[in-house]
Formats: sequence, C-alpha cells, structure tokens
Amino acid sequence: MSAPPPPPADAAAATMPGTHFRTGGGTRIRELGFRLLLLSALALALLVLVVLVIDVLNDGLGSLSLDFLTETPSRIDPSSSGIAPAIMGTLWLMFVCAAFIIPVGVASAVYLEEYANRERWWNRFIEVNIQNLAAVPSIVYGILGLAFLVRGPLSLGNVVLAGGLTLGLLVLPVVIVAGREAIRAVPPSIREGSMALGATQWQTIWKQVLPGSVPGIATGTILALSRAIGETAPLILVGAVTFATTADTGLFQEFSALPIQIFGWAAEPQEAYKLLAAAAIIVLMAVLLAMNAVAIWLRNKYEKKW
Amino acid sequence: MEAGTQTLGGAAPGGNPLGAARRRWGEEVIRGLLFLAAVISILTTAGIVVALLTESLSFFQEVGTRFFTDSSWSPLFSDPQFGIWPLLNGTFLITGIAILVAVPLGLGSAVYLSEYASPRTRRILKPALEVLVGVPTVVFGYFALTFITPQILQAIGIEVQVFNALSAGIVMGIMIVPTIASISEDAMSAVPQGLREGAYGLGSTKRQVATRVVFPAATSGIVASIVLGISRGVGETMIVLLAAGLAPNTGVNPTEGYATITTFMGATAKGDNPAGTIGYESIFACGLTLFVLTLFMNMIAIRFVRKYREVYE
Repeated sequence: MSAPPPPPADAAAATMPGTHFRTGGGTRIRELGFRLLLLSALALALLVLVVLVIDVLNDGLGSLSLDFLTETPSRIDPSSSGIAPAIMGTLWLMFVCAAFIIPVGVASAVYLEEYANRERWWNRFIEVNIQNLAAVPSIVYGILGLAFLVRGPLSLGNVVLAGGLTLGLLVLPVVIVAGREAIRAVPPSIREGSMALGATQWQTIWKQVLPGSVPGIATGTILALSRAIGETAPLILVGAVTFATTADTGLFQEFSALPIQIFGWAAEPQEAYKLLAAAAIIVLMAVLLAMNAVAIWLRNKYEKKW
Repeated sequence: MEAGTQTLGGAAPGGNPLGAARRRWGEEVIRGLLFLAAVISILTTAGIVVALLTESLSFFQEVGTRFFTDSSWSPLFSDPQFGIWPLLNGTFLITGIAILVAVPLGLGSAVYLSEYASPRTRRILKPALEVLVGVPTVVFGYFALTFITPQILQAIGIEVQVFNALSAGIVMGIMIVPTIASISEDAMSAVPQGLREGAYGLGSTKRQVATRVVFPAATSGIVASIVLGISRGVGETMIVLLAAGLAPNTGVNPTEGYATITTFMGATAKGDNPAGTIGYESIFACGLTLFVLTLFMNMIAIRFVRKYREVYE
C-alpha cells in the first residue's frame, strides 16, 4: 500500500501552463506549507535524537579511556571511577537472559505455530496474553521479580539470577513474536514433503522447520537482548547496586549493570559524576548499535527466499 | 496437524498398514514440553497479578479508603498519609505534556511517511525514527536532566526548578513519537487506494486527500496509537525518576517537580524496606494502580486497532 498516489493537479498545471482551472497560487502555497509542516514534525523528532547523541558525546568523551572500562566506581574520586562492575554485571545478566529466552521463547513459538489448535480457548488465551504482556510497564516486571525471585517463594536475594530472569520474562514476548514469524515463513510444502517421506511431526520441526527459521529467531533474540540491556527500572526493583566495589560477580552474587550505573551517576548532584554517566551512556549506546548492526546483517545475509 | 486422533490397537505389528498411526509417546512428551513453555507466559501474568494483589491486600487492610480520601502521599513518614491523588496528578500532568509534544510530531510524521514520502525516502526515514525506540529510557532521563532543563528551558528564560514536569514531559513526548507515528502510519497505509483516487478524481489536492479522506478513514488506528502512547507514558519510570523529582505535588505548574506513581516505586525500592512494612506494601499498591491503568488503556487500544482492521481487510 506504499505506492505513491498519482500526482495531483499541481503537476499537470506546471507542465501545461494555462490549463490549470482550480489550483490557484494560494492553493499551491498552502499545499507546500502543509507538506513542509509535516516534514518539519518528522525532522524535529530526528533532530532531538541527533542533539541527544551530540550532547552525550560532548559530555562523555572526555572521561572515556581504557581505565574507565577497567576501574570500579568510587564515591570519593570521580576521576578514577570506572564501569568494570557494571560491564561484568551486564554481561552476566545478558547470559542468564539469553539462556532463558532462547529455549523458552522458541519452544513457545513452535507450540503456537505448529501444534496449537486455534479452536481451543486456551490457545487463544495464550496468544491474547502474550499480546497484553508486551504492553505491561517494565517496572511491573520488577515487582514480579521482587515478589517471587528476590523474596517470596524463591528468595534468591538481589542476585544476577533474579535480575536476569526478570529481564528474560520482560523480553520473552519479543522472542516469541519474532520466532512465530520466522516459523510461519517456512512454507507448508517443506513440512508436507518431510511428512510424506515418513518423518514425524517433531522430526519435521527439528530437521526442517527450525533450521529454516534460525536467522529470524537469531535476529529476534538479539533485538530482545538489546531491549533488555537498556532496561533500568526492573533492575532497580530487584535491587541492583549503583556503587559496586568489585567487578567480581556471579549467578548468586549481587550485581551492578550499565543502565543502573548510568542512573546512579546521573542522579548524583555533582557535575563530575554526570560526565561519568555520559561516558557510560556512550559505552551502552555503542554496544546497542553493534547488536542492532549484527541483527540487521544476520537478517540480510541469511534470510531465505523460499 | 492433530496427530493420532484414533489411538486404539494400531500398535500391533502386521496390523492394517493404512490404519490409524501408532501413538508415538516421544512426540506426545515433546508436545507437552512445548506447551509448558507456552504456559510460562500465562504464569508470568498470573505471577504479576498474584504478587500485586497479595501485598496490596495487606496494604489496603491497613490503609483502607484513605488511599482515595487522604489529600497527600507520604507512606514512609512517621505520620503517614496515603492519598494516591498527588501521584496520579504528577503522572497525568507529565504524560499530558508528553502527549502535547508527541501527537503533533507523531501524526505529522505518520501523514508524511504514508502520503508524501517516496518509497526511497521512506526506507531511510522510517528506520531512523525507529532508532528512537531503541534509546534506553535512562538515556532520555539523562538528556532531560542535563540538557533540556539547563540548556534549553533555563536558557530561553523559563524559570524551571532543577527537577520539573516540563522537561520530563517534553522528553517523554519525544520517546512516544515513534509509537504514535508507526501505529497511525499503519492505519493510514491500510486506507484503500481507491478512496484516494476517488478524491483525486473529484479534483482534490494532495493536502485535501490527506486531511479529509485518509485521516478520517484512519481515525480508529490513530486513536489507538494515542491511547498506547499515553499508556507508555504512564508506565515510564526512568525519565521521571531522573528529571521530575520525588516530591508529591498537587499543583499544575509544569515548572515545578512532581512525583509520579513510577517514581515513588523506583525511589522506595532503592531504599531498604523489609517485606511486611507499609513502605514495602505501598510499592505494590502503586504497582497495582499502574497495572490496572495501563491494562485498561491497552484494552481500549486493542479494541480500536481491531476496528480499523475489520473495516478494510
């Protein structure tokens, strides 16, 4: 539906002078003005994005150095502060998150596309539920993590495992939706051919459908992780720490994370800490940019044309 | 795709080779495991509801209707007040400012992308706009606090406090632009080409087609996009936590600071509130309020989206 509409009377009037009967000069100016107004709306939104990037680079580049990546944050001396604990925490969180969302997300997608009978109310319920989950505010997932993982039944404490699973639950719908699209893109003839040769349904899925949908699933997973990596609010609720004194962390240890570190520094009143926050933002945005670039590359390179 | 609808007897070797297939237990187990994975999403919803309700229940047993009748909110003070209105006031004031920014920018972008942009321009501009979705909200919060407030608002002579609703609202509006733009653009692109051609045939200009034919025909999608935008704003935490301050405020002056539902939750969770205290429970009562608000808005939005799909597909 993106085909441009046919040129309006304006164009005809321009090429055939004297034949225009209703597009007077005033109309043409109003047409142009309207078009410029629309374009400026779009341009303004993009301009803010550009200004944001320039502002962050301007504030943060000065603090960016190798030491910044390897030091721990300091309450006393901003100039010797670094983000090593935040980087380690974020890596651990992403590891836990990926280990959770890849199997669960792909399995859900396979179930919904290959097995679920849409006549059954529970299958429709699962679909509506996933649609609704995608719109729940992220801080509410923090509540879920706080009540069930950090305290309550599991009582893991403020540890990486609780944080990673909370983020995993938050971005699970992204993987399921992407996985379903990738699976749906595998044509039915592939499945029918496999079944006709005597393969069972699962053999068909495992040997034909899943290999054909790996690029789509991988792209979806990277996009889900790139959403998870910037999430801050849920991590505040599950108790990530802003001033970690050591980069040493693990599944069952306390943790910091890049967005949490940015928040902690940005909330400090002293200017020096705000500049550190900007430097950490540069690191986070660089990682995000790289992840998205990989996702786009994967999609373009491996997407199969059936 | 239902495997093995007839399961009786077919297992015997030498039975009718064209009869019903033998039930394969391995296949059934796999099917069961996949179903369990899909059920995790339902457990997530159930977990959210259970967590919110149980803690909120003990909150409301203690506080009762003071949640609606108290005029201020200070559950952590020695003389605690439990009125939710100041937090709702901050939430909707800031979201209101955001919508004032996001609706013109988002709808303008949507009309441009759908009606004016050439396919090539569209291919470049649309992903560029979507980059805004990928910016972590903590980065927007930093931008509101360290750039919009001092270098824009204070620089042009608006006397805003360090924490203020205006800068949080403006930046939140920019954050919402892609939500409004992409959903309304979908709705506008779904308007059948025949309607446009009919209008051109009657001598309409491009602007008339966009404003008098496409825009009205896409109304339900546009409304859905705005409702979803509001819902995103209400649930947003980091921008308000960094830029709008923590003080509950019942006024409407956008140059002052305001606490919102989400800032209270974030700021309180950062402090030490052991389970069972009223401080801990108040996080959940706020969470419940937020969950109900956003769920309600999402349901409205989904209904509107269905409406435009039904009309043209």
